[in-house]
Amino acid sequence: MSNDYRILNTRAPRVDAVDKATGRAQYTDDLSRPNMLYGAILHSPLAHARILDIDTSRAERLPGVVAVVTWRDAGTEPYGVSPARYDETIFCHDRVRYVGDEIAAVAATDPDTAHEAVRRIKVDFEPLPLVLDGRHAMDDGQPQLHEQYENNICAQVHWRFGDVEQGRREASVIRTDTISSKMQDAAFMEPQAVLAEVDAQRNLTMFSSTQAPHYVQRTLAMALNHPLHKVRVVKPAMGGGFGPKASCSTAELATCLLALKTGRPVKFTFDREQVFLHSRARHQFLHTMTTGVRDDGTLAFLEHECILDGGAYASFGIATVYYAGSLLGGPYRLKNMNYDGYRVVTNKPACGAQRGHGAVIARALFEIQLDRIAEELEMDPIELRLKNVMDAGETTCNELFVSSFGMREALEAVRDSAAWKKKRALAGQTRAEGKGIGAACGFFVSGAAYPIYRSKTYHCTVVTKVDEVGGGVVVQSGAADIGQGSDTMLAMITAEELGVSLDDVRVQAGDSSLSVDLGSYSSRTTLMTGAAARDAARDVKRRILSAVAGRIDVPPETLDLKDGCVISLADPIDFSALRDEYLKEHVGFSDLPDSPKLSFREASRIAFLEIGAVVGTGEYRPPKLGGSFKGAAVGTSPAFGCSAQVAEVSVDLETGEVTVDRITGAHDCGFAINRTQVEGQMHGSMMMGMGEALMEQVIYDEHGRILNRNLAEYKIPTSLDMPQLDALIVESNEPHGPYGAKEVGEGAIMPVIPSILNAIHDATGVRINELPVTPERIVRALRRKSVCAK
Amino acid sequence: MKRIISLAVNGVEHELAVEPRRTLLELLREDLSLTGTKKGCGIGDCGGCTVLLDGVPAFSCLTLAVQAEGCSVETVEGLAGNGRLSSLQRAFVEDGAIQCGFCTPGMLMTATELLRANPHPDEREIRLAISGNLCRCTGYQKIVEAIRHAAEADHE
Repeated sequence: MSNDYRILNTRAPRVDAVDKATGRAQYTDDLSRPNMLYGAILHSPLAHARILDIDTSRAERLPGVVAVVTWRDAGTEPYGVSPARYDETIFCHDRVRYVGDEIAAVAATDPDTAHEAVRRIKVDFEPLPLVLDGRHAMDDGQPQLHEQYENNICAQVHWRFGDVEQGRREASVIRTDTISSKMQDAAFMEPQAVLAEVDAQRNLTMFSSTQAPHYVQRTLAMALNHPLHKVRVVKPAMGGGFGPKASCSTAELATCLLALKTGRPVKFTFDREQVFLHSRARHQFLHTMTTGVRDDGTLAFLEHECILDGGAYASFGIATVYYAGSLLGGPYRLKNMNYDGYRVVTNKPACGAQRGHGAVIARALFEIQLDRIAEELEMDPIELRLKNVMDAGETTCNELFVSSFGMREALEAVRDSAAWKKKRALAGQTRAEGKGIGAACGFFVSGAAYPIYRSKTYHCTVVTKVDEVGGGVVVQSGAADIGQGSDTMLAMITAEELGVSLDDVRVQAGDSSLSVDLGSYSSRTTLMTGAAARDAARDVKRRILSAVAGRIDVPPETLDLKDGCVISLADPIDFSALRDEYLKEHVGFSDLPDSPKLSFREASRIAFLEIGAVVGTGEYRPPKLGGSFKGAAVGTSPAFGCSAQVAEVSVDLETGEVTVDRITGAHDCGFAINRTQVEGQMHGSMMMGMGEALMEQVIYDEHGRILNRNLAEYKIPTSLDMPQLDALIVESNEPHGPYGAKEVGEGAIMPVIPSILNAIHDATGVRINELPVTPERIVRALRRKSVCAK
Repeated sequence: MKRIISLAVNGVEHELAVEPRRTLLELLREDLSLTGTKKGCGIGDCGGCTVLLDGVPAFSCLTLAVQAEGCSVETVEGLAGNGRLSSLQRAFVEDGAIQCGFCTPGMLMTATELLRANPHPDEREIRLAISGNLCRCTGYQKIVEAIRHAAEADHE
């Protein structure tokens, strides 16, 4: 794509990269305050039990302990993510529902004392029967976790789009398949950390490793009964989030409560075990799908049922159960779709959002089904997909409108780049034993169209201000750079619009006192906050140019900002009077402007002298989107990203060990604001998906305890596991995104699992319907196959 | 009971009284305010706390401070000499090897030692060297590329 941008669409280094490469970047746990206390939390050792008594007296008597808090201090008003399912309290008062559920917290003068105090808190429990298997949580006679969730069903969805029965009559191939996954851990490198402090006016400031400062601000104020305008949430540098850090945690609430109670700063940092206990990561999914295809390979219908094991509380789970169904509406033309989804509660850590929210395992099974159907029709799997992909301007059966759509281009790109036809043709002939190649596609939102709480709020605002001394630009935003690079995106857009260099833009972001921004989730930030930043910068530019134009008596529209200078689009202009004025203000300074052009530095200073503060604002709110059916809000988005991928694997047919040899992915991000960062999001998605396909699973014992709550036994891919990753950028120019941009952060994970699973089938001839696909499962399937063959 | 130890951190001599069970990571982060070294797990699984101990990569979360007595410790804060980024740091910045950045300090320390010991590593050697440093953002692709580019830059 050729364009006239100076900064956008380049590979500019991240604005925070040097700080991160030198150790200067401050993450939450790197912060400290004079007179600071250290927090610790008492977690339930039991998965389900009644609390008979909590005795904190021995903890309180320990020297160095400043405060101990329980439900008696925190109250029992429920809170949660979605107002329709407030089912958590800050601390448990009558019941614990998972191993890790929070019972009390302590603030002490040093971490060791805080931990010792927690050990001295005595809790009398009466154990209750457990519900650990999501498959049976809804059965009659099962123990009930919450009064408000009859049969342990936290949320359910029943959707009927089109006419599945008509589709069934038209279909010539009909298949039913299942898949089951395991609960995941997001395994971000930075454990959650919180530092809370209170000033003399009871203003509460919380620094936290959070994806969503605005929602967390609201939850803190609501659950702590503290005035909303006296709660400020600041996100320092952040070591990844991937979803679980989007919801307000007990760690945040308890630390703030301790700071309010003691009047002293309190810091609390999770250890790695607590990251696993707190979870809020990917649900366990149990999908059954029946898909029908006509003779010519076009899709006739999909009938889909899913049970989501969500752990003990709702968290983001309502959205998850909707996403699990809605995002199969694309990227293929599918007119008839039924979906029945059940999100159940069990005595395990609560699950929530994780990269590709709700849709990853559904996508995996559907793409596997497409491969199996292609096999029955004796069609090439990519050809089958190409026959069905939607084009821009189409609407799915569940009323999702795709305004830009590079699906066909992405699929063709990976097919050609990975030499698919040539390698596929070798199958069963001269190809080495155990080699396989597989493909899949994906579809994802580019920003949730509705906020979590019912409101017509703007989804973000951006305030851009020019330094009154002239030259520098400050962008203020509540957006949370969690590692994905949103600060760099804001700086690049602002620098592009104002014609200045990236070095002259400073981004202040991730602070709820700067602006409302709903946060880094649903892949919304580039499209939404990027649009607001563009408009704020244009507002600033208009103010500067009209002030300058007024001084030299030309129409403002004849001026522009480019390459750090004011340029005239009409006749050449003599700026010497303005230059003299600037120079007189700066007697004794060096590095003064001397080119015939008026610099941005001078122009912005003159604008200040003329009009005072030079401030521009921008905001974004999606247009009304989506259908009128129940749950239509989840899945609607101003735009949709799509992706395709080819995975190549080698399987050791004796040991079942899978080596992924190469992954080639293409993603339609609309327009790459930063090409390096787009590739980085794709690479990270490939890694997380590959881990989920082959090795990642949280393992529970029969008491609901996590057996592998560390990064040695919860395996994520290392540099030796990862193959060469090829990321191909497709740009379809999204009309609703700034400069044509839309998401890449989550959509790119969609095709990863099915492309690897399809490649394993190509290599071995066996299908595994349980994730992760471990060597053991492959060997068992190979043995079954050889027994059947005999 | 505390013990007095002396060690050099990034070339600066320090004498400190430490509890025998205090880790080198705690000493660096809390006593010396060198917070560039990160704690990702505390049990030697993630590599985020990697420093160089007498030139050899070590998990500072598994190293007792008293074990560093008389040693030379290098951390991420010591890589840029006189404010000039090392070729590895520059390559990490320019190649997009940094996303969230939490693994970056440990990754840089491991890679620094790799290039000292083996100035021309091939891809397999690079991947082997950093296999004890977990990263959840990059899929390691751009990290591997950055280390290769830094090695090439050192020989231009």
